Amino acid sequence: MSINKEFVKFDKVDKSYDGKVLVVKDLQLDIAEGEFITMLGPSGSGKTTCLMMLAGFETPTNGEIYLDGNAISSIPPHKRGIGMVFQNYALFPHMTVYENLAFPLRVRKIPKDESDKKIDKALSMVSLQGFAQRMPGQLSGGQQQRVAVARSLVFDPQLVLMDEPLGALDKNLRESMQYEIKHIHESIGVTVVYVTHDQSEALTMSNRIAVFNDGKVQQLSSPDELYEKPVNSFVAEFIGENNTFAGEVSDISGGKCKVKLANADILANPISVKGKGERTTVSIRPERALINPIDKMDNIHKGKIEEVIYHGDHTRVRINLLGNSEFILKVPNSSSNLDIKLGNEIKIGWNSDDARALDPK
Amino acid sequence: MSSETKQILTTDGIPLEVSLKKAEKKNKIKAFLLVAPLLLFIIITYVFPIGDMLMRSVDDKMVTEMLPKTFKSMEKWDGEDLPPEEVFEAFYFDFQKLIEEEREGKLSTQLNYTKNGFKSIIKKLRRKSKSFEEGNYKEQIMSVHRRWADVEYWRAIKRRAPAYTYQKYLKGVDMYENEKGEIINVPEDRRVHRILWLRTLEIAFFVTVFCFLMAYPIAHLLATLPMKYSNLLMICVLLPFWTSLLVRTASWMILLQQQGIVNDFFVMIGLVSDDNRLEMMFNKTGSYVAMTQILLPFMVLPLYSVMKTISPSLMRAGKSLGGTPFVAFWKVYFPLTIPGIGAGCLLVFILAIGYYITPALVGGASGTLISNQIAFHMKSTLDWSFASAMGLMLLSGVLVIYWLYNKLVGIDNIKLG
Repeated sequence: MSINKEFVKFDKVDKSYDGKVLVVKDLQLDIAEGEFITMLGPSGSGKTTCLMMLAGFETPTNGEIYLDGNAISSIPPHKRGIGMVFQNYALFPHMTVYENLAFPLRVRKIPKDESDKKIDKALSMVSLQGFAQRMPGQLSGGQQQRVAVARSLVFDPQLVLMDEPLGALDKNLRESMQYEIKHIHESIGVTVVYVTHDQSEALTMSNRIAVFNDGKVQQLSSPDELYEKPVNSFVAEFIGENNTFAGEVSDISGGKCKVKLANADILANPISVKGKGERTTVSIRPERALINPIDKMDNIHKGKIEEVIYHGDHTRVRINLLGNSEFILKVPNSSSNLDIKLGNEIKIGWNSDDARALDPK
Repeated sequence: MSSETKQILTTDGIPLEVSLKKAEKKNKIKAFLLVAPLLLFIIITYVFPIGDMLMRSVDDKMVTEMLPKTFKSMEKWDGEDLPPEEVFEAFYFDFQKLIEEEREGKLSTQLNYTKNGFKSIIKKLRRKSKSFEEGNYKEQIMSVHRRWADVEYWRAIKRRAPAYTYQKYLKGVDMYENEKGEIINVPEDRRVHRILWLRTLEIAFFVTVFCFLMAYPIAHLLATLPMKYSNLLMICVLLPFWTSLLVRTASWMILLQQQGIVNDFFVMIGLVSDDNRLEMMFNKTGSYVAMTQILLPFMVLPLYSVMKTISPSLMRAGKSLGGTPFVAFWKVYFPLTIPGIGAGCLLVFILAIGYYITPALVGGASGTLISNQIAFHMKSTLDWSFASAMGLMLLSGVLVIYWLYNKLVGIDNIKLG
């Protein structure tokens, strides 16, 4: 059985609330069956709007959304059969956990013994057996969250939407829930569309991530590619930490380009620059730049240490390098790095491959 | 258990409980002082008057004090045949004392409440008793009027002996205690109060229903509309609150009268003919319409405050889980609004059963309520004890509803905002 590559398809979707501003612009997005896809972006970037259009609570201003080949714009939400986990769980406060889970089964007129089995299964999936008779108000935030997940899955939907479901949890719980949701996804193979503004959440959980900004998908790719190979400066800035140099391309040849900064030249990997004279932002990940490089690296410059922050497993070092006083390095804590002291001049090196010359900000 | 556990001491060696009490004493006194004015106000303006009303409604000391000797001598009388001479003698002396104090008129009024026909025979007795000779008062009094020789009248007097009575309450439900002490209904053509009670309950019930039906959508709209529209709508809802009750009722009179705007409109669009205009005022319709409009905000506000707290994502969740909009509303939204419905209905119903001005003005004869009857007895017949009795019956009716509500829904489930 081949996997449907276009299980969900956004086809040229536009959305505007007031007729003046487009919240979503010309969205073109295919989601494969069984995929865990995350829509990631700052607030107001249109990601939640996309989710709401898919769920049926908003209608596209233009374009069409297809679910398993069928246009769904005219289908009301309750007939779409899409499970959804809401930001604040949206558990029905007047029903027990059991009744909450029974709700989608009851409206589908599933016989009681069968629905009881499904509810048991769903509750054991989120390890909440024995909580069936509790009221949502008697559960902790994490437990409520798991009930919400169980409820969205109990009626075996093919597609589950999650709208920042972990936003209200504390850090530790959020991390363990990330793994839990990921494992559930892997074990039952349901298609998940997940919305978040938390990049680490997106990187941990997803097969693919769609980075939204300004109503557009900036980049759609796997987490590692997104981190290692951002296609523009927004993505580079939004995902992970990032050191940047703004400059002008002075030479471009053989898969490398020379970028002229205010007082030096650096070599970079031309991603979105085509020719000489273009403005560009060069992006380097903190862990790709090394102190006192041993290897032969094609970029080696001197900088002055401005700040040292101890982080336990590593040390963050802020360096004034080539006019950028915000250049961050992450140095693993080992005895060899004892010369990292405030005010010291040190050599910093990186490969031009890791310095991506992107669009100017 | 507590004797076994070691007493915990503070660092200074004082028992912890004592220390805690001492520390909190100041706060407690402060809190009490803050509440004190209200407490005093409630005691003076609420507890005392209601206590006084309760006393008044059962108080029957007036006659007891007017005829002390008579009632004392009546103690031995079995009430079968005419009373013996001592009773007549005692009555004569009591009566003479009343004449001196010019209070015999009051006695006749009071006795006339118990049995019709006392007024004239007491007047006659007053005239004739001036020429009474000493001794054999029985013969002399009986000769004044043949009713004085009727044992029924003497029994009627005896019934007024106790200082307290529940007669007024019986009267409030169109019953009375007859000469033999049986509680029976008054003749059908004289039953007025039961009709009024039923009508009061009926109007209060339907006004509550109408208010609920109209307020629910409004409150929902208020709770879901964007702020700038909902504020405007809220002002529309609250506008009646800022207008005098009398003005609002009067404007309903202008609208509903036979030559009024509503009738004019109906005639204009041909719904009714000009010589057959609808009677919408001075009957139940008038009371329904005006009371519903006036009490509507009391339903809207509690509903609104409850609906405001219901997250819109709950309805969405209901729909995304496969419930039709109706199922999502009925199974999810509606149950969550029950505290507001309870509060609103209780508020409107309780206000409606005690409503006075509006039914008095637009209710006419068929639209007046029990409160109008109470006011009538307070102002016109001056039978305050009867008015008090009916007031208390109304109050206990409210308490019963409150109790029922607590049993059915639970009073801690109520939400006013």
